[in-house]
Amino acid sequence: MDKMPGWADAVLVPLISLLLAALLSALVIIGIGEDPIAAFKLMVDGALMRSSGWGYTLYYATNFIFTGLAVAVAFHARLFNIGGEGQAMIGGLGVALACLYIPWPNWYVALVGATVSAAIFGALWALIPAYLQAKRGSHIVITTIMFNFIAAAVLNYVLVNLLRPQGAMDPATAKFPEATHLPTFQDMFSTAETAMFRGAPANVTFFLAIAMCFVVWLLIWRTKLGYEIRAFGQSESAAKYAGISPVKITIVAMLISGGLAGMMALNTTMGEAERLVMNATEGAGFIGIAVALMGRSHPLGVLLAALLFGFLYQGGAELALWTNIPRELIVVIQALVILFTGALDNMVRMPLEKLFLASRRKA
Amino acid sequence: MDFATLLQVLDSTVRLATPLLLACLAGLYSERAGIFDIGLEGKMLAAAFFSAAIAAITGDVWMGLGAGILASLALSVLHGLASITFRGNQLISGVAINFLAAGLTVLIAQDWFSQGGRTPSLIGAGRFEGITLPGAEELAGVPVIGPIYAELISGHSILVYLAFAMVPLTWWLLYRTRFGLRLRAVGEAPEAVDTAGVSVVGLRFVAVGICGVLCGIAGAYLATALQAGFVKDMTAGRGFIALAALIFAKWRPWYALYACLLFGLLQAVALRYQNIDLGVFVVPVQVMDALPYILTVVILAGFVGKAIPPRAGGEPYVKER
Repeated sequence: MDKMPGWADAVLVPLISLLLAALLSALVIIGIGEDPIAAFKLMVDGALMRSSGWGYTLYYATNFIFTGLAVAVAFHARLFNIGGEGQAMIGGLGVALACLYIPWPNWYVALVGATVSAAIFGALWALIPAYLQAKRGSHIVITTIMFNFIAAAVLNYVLVNLLRPQGAMDPATAKFPEATHLPTFQDMFSTAETAMFRGAPANVTFFLAIAMCFVVWLLIWRTKLGYEIRAFGQSESAAKYAGISPVKITIVAMLISGGLAGMMALNTTMGEAERLVMNATEGAGFIGIAVALMGRSHPLGVLLAALLFGFLYQGGAELALWTNIPRELIVVIQALVILFTGALDNMVRMPLEKLFLASRRKA
Repeated sequence: MDFATLLQVLDSTVRLATPLLLACLAGLYSERAGIFDIGLEGKMLAAAFFSAAIAAITGDVWMGLGAGILASLALSVLHGLASITFRGNQLISGVAINFLAAGLTVLIAQDWFSQGGRTPSLIGAGRFEGITLPGAEELAGVPVIGPIYAELISGHSILVYLAFAMVPLTWWLLYRTRFGLRLRAVGEAPEAVDTAGVSVVGLRFVAVGICGVLCGIAGAYLATALQAGFVKDMTAGRGFIALAALIFAKWRPWYALYACLLFGLLQAVALRYQNIDLGVFVVPVQVMDALPYILTVVILAGFVGKAIPPRAGGEPYVKER
């Protein structure tokens, strides 16, 4: 018998964890001598009250949807892919190569091509850790951490020595050709009279991210492969007994995860910077962990959590602009969310379970 | 390369290996007791900030060291609470601790010093100075041995000697004492330790505590001895290199020393030479940066000797009922 009804597990536990994280964040803000309520108001004003604010919120959310889905798919197979950051970096390389060296006729063909390239590059970067986990039993958490650092070194080398245009100082590729520039929300939604999302980086990849949420939902809950991934995640021995190959599931789940992480680079590299820079991932690979944990590895949850983190990111930028609160506040909030929804999950869950059991006994 | 340059590179190897070694031994205690710790980086960072901050405020580096250890210890308690008491995921807890330290250090630094997330530069008694060992100056004139003693062995801060002394001490503690036997047992078969009437929870908390103290010293060394003050993200992945060294050493103290010296050497060479021209081809500096991680993956893959972690590592212990 379940100790708690499903809705409590899916909604109540994350919500209480989020409240705890928010409460502690408020204490931190008080600790550095600022007013948390005023700070929250400023964040809402900056992130949600203007269309350009939304443009930034959705831009950040796009990154977090991709990386959150990446972590979530791996979680379903009980694999902790901490390497989203590295996979996204290498995915960025895939985007850059596709955009720079293939003469695309227009942006939507280019987007398809770059998406495939980003996914393949990201997936291949996840392949070695996946293979080592499946075949050699090397712990995937450690290998993916190592691969994050190796990815940074690879990208650094490629940008400095190979892709940097002649005479340029900063380690970055040349600007992508005009035909690969993606339409931003400003291009799509502005009318002749009113400019919407002015100057904001949100672009068409947001819709790709939404589509991927649906695709991942289909994959996990409506296909045989998804069933196998979930079965493997629930119990490896039972899955083996049912004829599911652990090697295959580990590798396939990590390939999908890496591919999704790689696709994140579409948004930052092709959509925003229109060239590949050194720090294109901006730590989004790690935020994916918080997003997946909060979203309970469900695509809908991931979407909502990504929107929340998009709001936090844009709101945090506003705070850094107008108050003495540095952007690092967001890192603290992110840490608290990971802590409460991930590591201290039982601390929230145990009292709740007792509460539900007690109420059921009475009834 | 002449002898003087070689000595300089080796000297810088020792300096750079010290924080790795302290953090690596810290991880060794924790992981040998069955608690995975990928939060070494965060604990070092927190210790680096608080040691530099308190040393800057009080002007006393020992107060700084104490504050650094306390900060690191506080994060250790959090890790213990999450992974031992509430049986949460140890890896996720480690990730959270890394971010918590990365965010809070800058936040507090900005609030206390308003210097863009750094502490003021430490001067005088606010820093650990190098110690000249007895006889170093007299022997400096002797060929070969003199410079080795004067440059390489003498002249480091007290924390360097402490770090190197920790290696035999850790070996002795782990393999020659009752506490060490129990510590290793709790990482391999906690149910056996429990059956013997020893508290699994207690032992693991002690191990996590030792880990916190050592990480605290490592962080304090970074900010008050290797450099003069705290800057944002100053650990720069050292916690993960230490983790790599721990795997490379297969969770054994003497091998941890060798692994840390090797990785310290790589850092020292990368720092000094950037790209290395071998005549046939040029080794780019990025290869030196990535080498510790690549070597660790190779070791993990088991192609060159197998690295097998403690059997109960990462698993919360649930008493049978």
